[in-house]
Amino acid sequence: MGRIKDIWGFLRTRKKWWLLPIITVLLLLSLIIVLSQGSALAPFIYAIF
Amino acid sequence: MGFYDKPFLKFERLLETYLAFAPSGLQSYLKSMPLWLKEKLWMGDLIKKKLHGYKGDIKYPEHHQSHAASAFFPSPFEEAAIITMDGVGEWATASWGTGRGNRIDLHSELQFPSSLGLLYTAFTYYVGFKVNNGEYKLMGLAPYGKPKYVQTILDNLIDLREDGSFLLDMSYFNYCQGLTMTSDKFHRLFGELPRKPESTITQRDMDLAASVQVVTEDIVLRTARYVRRETGLQNLCLAGGVALNCVANGKILKERIFDDVWIQPAAGDAGGSLGAALFVWHQILGNHRDADGVHDLQQGSYLGPDWSDNEIESWLTAGGYPYEKMTETDLIDTVSDGITAGRVIGWYGGRMEFGPRALGNRSIIGDARSESMQSIINLKIKYRESFRPFAPSVLLEDVEEFFDTDRASPYMLLVAPVRASHRKELSEEEEKLFGMEKLRIPRSDIPAITHVDYSSRLQTVSAKDNPRYHALISSFKKKTGYGIVINTSFNVRGEPIVCTPEDAYLCFMRTEMDILALGNCLLKKEEQPPLKSKDEQCSERQKSSEAKSKEELRKFGLIMTGAFAALSVLLYFRNTSLLPPAAGLSGFFLLSALLYPRLLLPVEKLWMKLASVMSYIMTRVLLTLVYLLAVIPTGLIMRLLGKKPLQLDFKGNMKTYWVTVDPEGPCSRPEKQY
Repeated sequence: MGRIKDIWGFLRTRKKWWLLPIITVLLLLSLIIVLSQGSALAPFIYAIF
Repeated sequence: MGFYDKPFLKFERLLETYLAFAPSGLQSYLKSMPLWLKEKLWMGDLIKKKLHGYKGDIKYPEHHQSHAASAFFPSPFEEAAIITMDGVGEWATASWGTGRGNRIDLHSELQFPSSLGLLYTAFTYYVGFKVNNGEYKLMGLAPYGKPKYVQTILDNLIDLREDGSFLLDMSYFNYCQGLTMTSDKFHRLFGELPRKPESTITQRDMDLAASVQVVTEDIVLRTARYVRRETGLQNLCLAGGVALNCVANGKILKERIFDDVWIQPAAGDAGGSLGAALFVWHQILGNHRDADGVHDLQQGSYLGPDWSDNEIESWLTAGGYPYEKMTETDLIDTVSDGITAGRVIGWYGGRMEFGPRALGNRSIIGDARSESMQSIINLKIKYRESFRPFAPSVLLEDVEEFFDTDRASPYMLLVAPVRASHRKELSEEEEKLFGMEKLRIPRSDIPAITHVDYSSRLQTVSAKDNPRYHALISSFKKKTGYGIVINTSFNVRGEPIVCTPEDAYLCFMRTEMDILALGNCLLKKEEQPPLKSKDEQCSERQKSSEAKSKEELRKFGLIMTGAFAALSVLLYFRNTSLLPPAAGLSGFFLLSALLYPRLLLPVEKLWMKLASVMSYIMTRVLLTLVYLLAVIPTGLIMRLLGKKPLQLDFKGNMKTYWVTVDPEGPCSRPEKQY
């Protein structure tokens, strides 16, 4: 949650709203990568796609 | 705790670069993004995890703020102008400002993609050396060439202003959107494709190196003069990768633009960590800084780890390696005898150097008077190109005896000419030689450290900074009359400088070094047992790292039990024939985990391999989708609306390309990652 707040603060301070859609999608992807890296669950997670 | 840049701002620059160049750039995007998404975007969490639950604050000074802090805070000056130049930080590629007491302030910056560091790196790449690694080779190659291409560079690649600010014509470069530094247009301009690594270096390569070196010096000198005028300050502090260009540094001193110059020895990004720490200590926490105008606070840059004689002896004894324990006086006497006899010495002891230069604690040492020593050390010890010059360590009190300078250079960051009294007259025929042919002609009575243009990148050694090393060179001087030796870093090409006694021993045994001084223990090559083969050592290390503990396998088994159990529940509601095998696998993993986890070892190996392959492929597939569906459309829409994330218009009509640093911008919020 703290990280999301940081990124929101970043977009607001820098006023770079056109980055919002790309950053949102990349953050979701980042979560998947972080959760699955080095984990035995990765094949189950990626099977969803 | 301080981290040396602002990850979110860097990420912003990356994304905006892709937006500016979309649809080009997919390859570069696919290469950089996985690491960003895995680690760099979560830097705070990563630092805390790696520091085992550190709970304090983390500050994020801007990249060039960190460089500036690393240049000013350890310097001897109470106040000074600061210049930083490198490849790129967040957006800035160079900056200047001032330091006073315990505070630094950046005034202006140049912004990506115009970068002196990247211009130099582009030529490094074009001449066939490794990017971010071979820049010092290009600098070493420059004196062999003639600067024939300076005008071509100035007319085509760069729009340079009197104040040292400039724009690059990005149509000649490919580093924003591609995996190479230079574009086809660059290759057409200079008439050939980039030189293939390991192919023969030609006179043309040397001329290119000489040309970009002249342009670099021109930019650095213009910037230094401008900053001197603007700040009115008498002293200068330098940092950033470009400050490792000791030839350009030497020019600043020679031109007497500033009364004195101090350069951070770890001028590259490694030094950014030191800068970030000092920034937090002085500027954020407000701690006082003492500056006496003479002595710096870098402690000789001997800031790394140390091994005591007892620890070294225990390691040697445990390994069964023959050695002789000596008093320091005897050791120094024996080693200086060895140097006099033309032996190559591995010299190890005390705290490791911080920064890219070995300064006498992790050094390979030889006789600077020897005509063959440069190629012996290059080809038999360092396994590198024979043109690469060596640097001397000279007693501080003898520097004027050998070189045209009266300045101390304790960190090997200054270049000075060898004194005329030590030079040898060249015959007319020798004067006419070109390129590498010049290498074979001894140019002074200390030929191993005299470059083809009579220059030398020297280290002055004082008894105060490094008494052991000073005593060694003094002992050599007593025997030969020369208070000067070759000093090159203790490593072989492509490997880092040795850190531990084990690193030093392995490097000693794998090269043709004759003697190794490990602390006060002396090892002779001929007495050592043959080294275990590389494969044997690797496989031993591999075995120990691969050995999975019982607990890890049990954890794996339980995770798989849970995953297959969840799958079974799903399959139950779908009523398919796959339910029994899924439930069976869940049971198998549970029983194995509880009763005999070792049974799971081959399954775990195969499964984790599958996981890693799937992660690799799926990450790239999903990233490509994001690029196609989000990055390209956003980039194209921005261009239609006239929004330009990067300054790409070449030859603008601005008087200067320096951009004033916003006092309320990123530099003013070290607590934020942006």
